[in-house]
Amino acid sequence: MARPKKHPSLSSPLDVERVRRDFPALAQKVHGHPLVYLDSAATAQKPLGVIERLSHSYTEECANIHRGVYQLSERATAAHEGAREKVRRFIGAEKASEIVFLRGATEAINLVAQSYGRAHIGPGDDIVITAMEHHSNIVPWQMLAAERGANLRVAPMDDSGDLVWSEYQGLLGPKTKLVAFTAVSNALGTVNPVAQMIDAAHHHGAAVLVDAAQAVPHASLDVRELDCDFLVFSGHKLYGPTGIGVLYGKERLLRAMPPWQGGGDMILSVTFEKTTYAPPPAKFEAGTPHIHGAIGLGAAIDYLESLGLAAIERYEAGLLEYAESMLSRLPGLRLVGTPKRRAAALSFVLDGIHPHDIGTILDRYGIAIRAGHHCAQPTMQRMGVVGTARISLALYNKREEIDYLVSCLKEAQKMFRP
Amino acid sequence: MNPLDDLYQEVILDHQRNPRNFARLPAANRQAEGTNPLCGDHVTVYLDVADGVIRNISFEGEGCAIAKASASMMTAAVKGKTLTEASETFKQFHQMVTGGQDPCFDLEAMGKLAAFSGVSAFPVRVKCASLAWHTLNAAMNETEGPVVDSEIDKKPSE
Repeated sequence: MARPKKHPSLSSPLDVERVRRDFPALAQKVHGHPLVYLDSAATAQKPLGVIERLSHSYTEECANIHRGVYQLSERATAAHEGAREKVRRFIGAEKASEIVFLRGATEAINLVAQSYGRAHIGPGDDIVITAMEHHSNIVPWQMLAAERGANLRVAPMDDSGDLVWSEYQGLLGPKTKLVAFTAVSNALGTVNPVAQMIDAAHHHGAAVLVDAAQAVPHASLDVRELDCDFLVFSGHKLYGPTGIGVLYGKERLLRAMPPWQGGGDMILSVTFEKTTYAPPPAKFEAGTPHIHGAIGLGAAIDYLESLGLAAIERYEAGLLEYAESMLSRLPGLRLVGTPKRRAAALSFVLDGIHPHDIGTILDRYGIAIRAGHHCAQPTMQRMGVVGTARISLALYNKREEIDYLVSCLKEAQKMFRP
Repeated sequence: MNPLDDLYQEVILDHQRNPRNFARLPAANRQAEGTNPLCGDHVTVYLDVADGVIRNISFEGEGCAIAKASASMMTAAVKGKTLTEASETFKQFHQMVTGGQDPCFDLEAMGKLAAFSGVSAFPVRVKCASLAWHTLNAAMNETEGPVVDSEIDKKPSE
């Protein structure tokens, strides 16, 4: 099934002032200053459309799904499954049954590690990841490797924060059973050559999981074009609610995988002797799911599609380039990670000022940034820093905010001047 | 006073630029490590204790201005004190930075450490100021294993 063509008007440039009015959180003040939110890679602010959709859902669709014989339950079920269909379309999956709703990207990776991984990875097998993974795409594989006697192999990156392609290729071989990597580094902003990485892994017969948590808010992607086997992301970084995330898996893989958690909703029939399991996605959605979270995520996708992913991508690329050039001009500031292609995030350190102190000072000027290791300690070690200050941009940020950030960083430098 | 100036007082900035007793202590007979897993800060505190007295103390590690200055000023404050006196200072310091002090708390008695009283207005930075002290406490009590300081210093109201 081909993805529907975008409405022509949707490719018009992003009007950031109009967009900002859609996000009520941006109107508030912090320590007496207008909020400048530069931490969307941690979680994105929510548009009014999502907030109102949640309110409507709790008001008029509050019932359990897949079981009620009454109208409220029918409405809730329709809205929940409607959200699954929106996710399917958003990432270009063939079938809605390939979309599993979970708590977030972390839970989705753990599911794949424990269900697919335990069934397919054995002693002496290799799991390949990269040096720029978030802890959520390291630890579940470490746990699996330890349990199964498999080896975790790490493809290195260079001083710019780019994957070393020859080393990545060199790691792949007949023992490689699974390759898991991030599409966009949360700590450095590196955009990986996802399609080529998948092709190379498939060449050796390995399954591929793409962590798209940092990628989906910033550019459209298509799981069938990429031909990834699994793809995961979190709703809250995509302007949706927390506690909801997505696992995409190819249907034949999901069907063959053993169930993960047992409980209601994931069964066809239960006796004390034997349980037969429902087909995916229900097989992996034991218990009452985060119904309203899924519905809210659907509303977030509606919102993004109303603006147009292409327009968002263009706008953010320009803003990120501006931020990179303004920050790199500041004496005493060093960018950590200067990848060939960047999305979402920009990490830096200031001479003589620890990232946490930068974070505290900026907060007093109303600016929210992330300071620390960004749940990517191996990435920090590779780049030779304990932590960084990280700004991450979203479709509602604007150039004036970057200018203000730079002037506040100068204030911090004045304060810490030797 | 601007709360930022209150947090980053000159004495704190001075200690973060030029930390005192910032080295390994070869003669140490007690030591402990402290880490803050949320931010990656870590500190090692070395003690040379004889007859219940801290004859010498030093620290190594990496952290923000507050963590570094706190460790530095701590070493200056407890050097030459008895273990009992140092424990008492730790309790007082802890009360001061968490804002949980008694009504009759004597800020002046804290000496230079009073510079950290501004930390109580920054709840997320309390753990930075107290990491070295928890680590000192572990070294004094010869506690096994590293000190993990993350949420333990939150204000009771949070």
